[in-house]
Amino acid sequence: MPLLEVKNLRVEFPTRRGTLVAVDDVSFHIDEGEVLGVVGESGAGKSITGVSIIRLIEPPGRIAGGQVLLNGRRIDNIPLEEMRRVRGKEIGAIFQDPLTTLNPLYTIGHQLVETMQTHLGIGDREARARAVRWLEDVGIPGAAQRIDAYPHQFSGGMRQRVVIALALCAEPRLVIADEPTTALDVSIQAQVIALLKRLCREHGTAIMLVTHDMGVIAETADRVAVMYAGRIAEIGPVREVVKHARHPYTDGLMGSIPSLTHKVERLTQIEGSMPRLTDIPRGCAFNPRCPKVFDRCRVDRPDLMKTDGPNLAACWLHAAPGRDEALGHAA
Amino acid sequence: MPPDATAMVQAKALVEVEDLARDFDVSKPWLFRVLQGERKRILKAVAGVSFDIPKGTTLSLVGESGCGKTTVARLVVGLYPPSRGRIRFDGVDMASLTSRAVAAPVRKRIQMIFQDPYASLNPRWRVRDIIAEPIRAFGLIRGRAAIEARVGELLSQVKLSPKDGEKYPHEFSGGQRQRISIARALSSTPEFLVCDEPTSALDVSVQAQILNLMKDLQRELGLTYLFISHNLAVVRHMSDRIGVMYLGRIVELAPGETLFARARHPYTRMLLDAIPDLEMTGRARTPVGGEVPSPIDPPPGCAFHPRCPLANARCKAEVPALRAVADAQVACHAVEEGRT
Repeated sequence: MPLLEVKNLRVEFPTRRGTLVAVDDVSFHIDEGEVLGVVGESGAGKSITGVSIIRLIEPPGRIAGGQVLLNGRRIDNIPLEEMRRVRGKEIGAIFQDPLTTLNPLYTIGHQLVETMQTHLGIGDREARARAVRWLEDVGIPGAAQRIDAYPHQFSGGMRQRVVIALALCAEPRLVIADEPTTALDVSIQAQVIALLKRLCREHGTAIMLVTHDMGVIAETADRVAVMYAGRIAEIGPVREVVKHARHPYTDGLMGSIPSLTHKVERLTQIEGSMPRLTDIPRGCAFNPRCPKVFDRCRVDRPDLMKTDGPNLAACWLHAAPGRDEALGHAA
Repeated sequence: MPPDATAMVQAKALVEVEDLARDFDVSKPWLFRVLQGERKRILKAVAGVSFDIPKGTTLSLVGESGCGKTTVARLVVGLYPPSRGRIRFDGVDMASLTSRAVAAPVRKRIQMIFQDPYASLNPRWRVRDIIAEPIRAFGLIRGRAAIEARVGELLSQVKLSPKDGEKYPHEFSGGQRQRISIARALSSTPEFLVCDEPTSALDVSVQAQILNLMKDLQRELGLTYLFISHNLAVVRHMSDRIGVMYLGRIVELAPGETLFARARHPYTRMLLDAIPDLEMTGRARTPVGGEVPSPIDPPPGCAFHPRCPLANARCKAEVPALRAVADAQVACHAVEEGRT
């Protein structure tokens, strides 16, 4: 049984001009200790998917369909009070801006102790000792003294380390990390990613890593889901997706990233931009930009289907006779 | 690089920057300072930077937040006056352009593209007026119809429709707005464009469109670029030469190929090692510790020494100068002494 299973998730935003579907029929799973990368450009729905799983989606946004199962138990319909216990204890969260996670009025030690006492039921002295150990673990120099410092007394990179400690201190089975390094400089980003990887490996924690940075995904994730206009375009082992993309969007996306190792005269260019949620094209949402578009793409919407490799891709190119059946729910 | 790149590199420099520096006074107000017995606090954003850019080529400055790359860009276009140093454009010392009459003919040959396409376009102006502003300001074309024709031409040049001139900026996506910024920059037929993180706010597929467009325009119009970015992969794609900045100084300046094939400065090597790349799937890296120190109170000697694996007593005391090493220039005692 997978640790987390998302089935046909649909997230809607009712607006005056009609309902916007930000996440449309998204299904995937995460195994114990696995790192699943979720990539996509702005507006692809990757962050919404992450916050919907832990039900922190801001109203009027709402989960309009589908199921989220943690260890086989549904968490998309349990009371919010119960969900609060799941968050932190079973699913930790790391967001882009550490200042939105940390309370500026409390010392970081207080926040760590409170989190551990809420979820682990341990005593004051034990909690404080563990808090110091966590701060040492995430590489805060002078942890025993710095524990009584306030968030504003840390630099951005150090704050993100504190947030990682906070997300992991209640020993959750899954961490949802939404753009955890986007606000950081490259040298700090490398430190934070290495730290997150090491800690999760040591504790056997699974990660759902949401980011727009393919480089970070290529280096960190076991599998990757590529999102486009609220749906998963392709999902599979990271090496396959990066090197042998089966979906034309993934292929274009990889080609549009400038490389450090070889110089090309021109980058691959995907014409146009991602459609707004208000006018998602009929058929495959990518069809107006797709270099391989054909008639069916403009009419029928493809679900994830088998390809000639381990990846699943939502693309009619792979609908050969005999394997025409969509495998959207097998992801 | 265009085929005749070697000829271009030998060509005369269009832009020459010599020992450029800029300080910012970040002290508390005078009364507080006196009462609290504090001294003035000076932030040395740029502390002596020299480079030149041959005509038709791209020089990039790359570095982390606070290294002074944006300040250099703003100094070069004249948005800040320098605290020290000299900027020459096509042989003319920019400091000598004291009156508007002498400045205008030079100024119109230099334009800038900013990072944030949402903040750099006036939301209350139509796109055609935004693009025509430099034309009107410099009085380049007279007559409404002629200006309109020119705006249409510029819009086509950046792959937008001439009809888009009627619209307002909010009707465009981030990538299209950056195209509008480019069209505006091109409207005074400049030779030199300063681009400050022009694609940092954009998604990768849109970034590719803008980078391709900028390269096409460079080839068609013979433009010279000063390109500022924190993204080494983007910089590699765009540049002929690259300067790596750290705390207000250039620590390494080299042709792009050389820098990526053989980075010499320990900071450059650390940066290159820190960047996750698509090719590196599963590769284990050893990130260098530490963070960029505050530019208000930089470490003595080489500013990188607290994070440098090669630092010794000399690095802590003496600021290294930029010295030629093969076809590169490196500011590092360890490289100079061969301790690598």
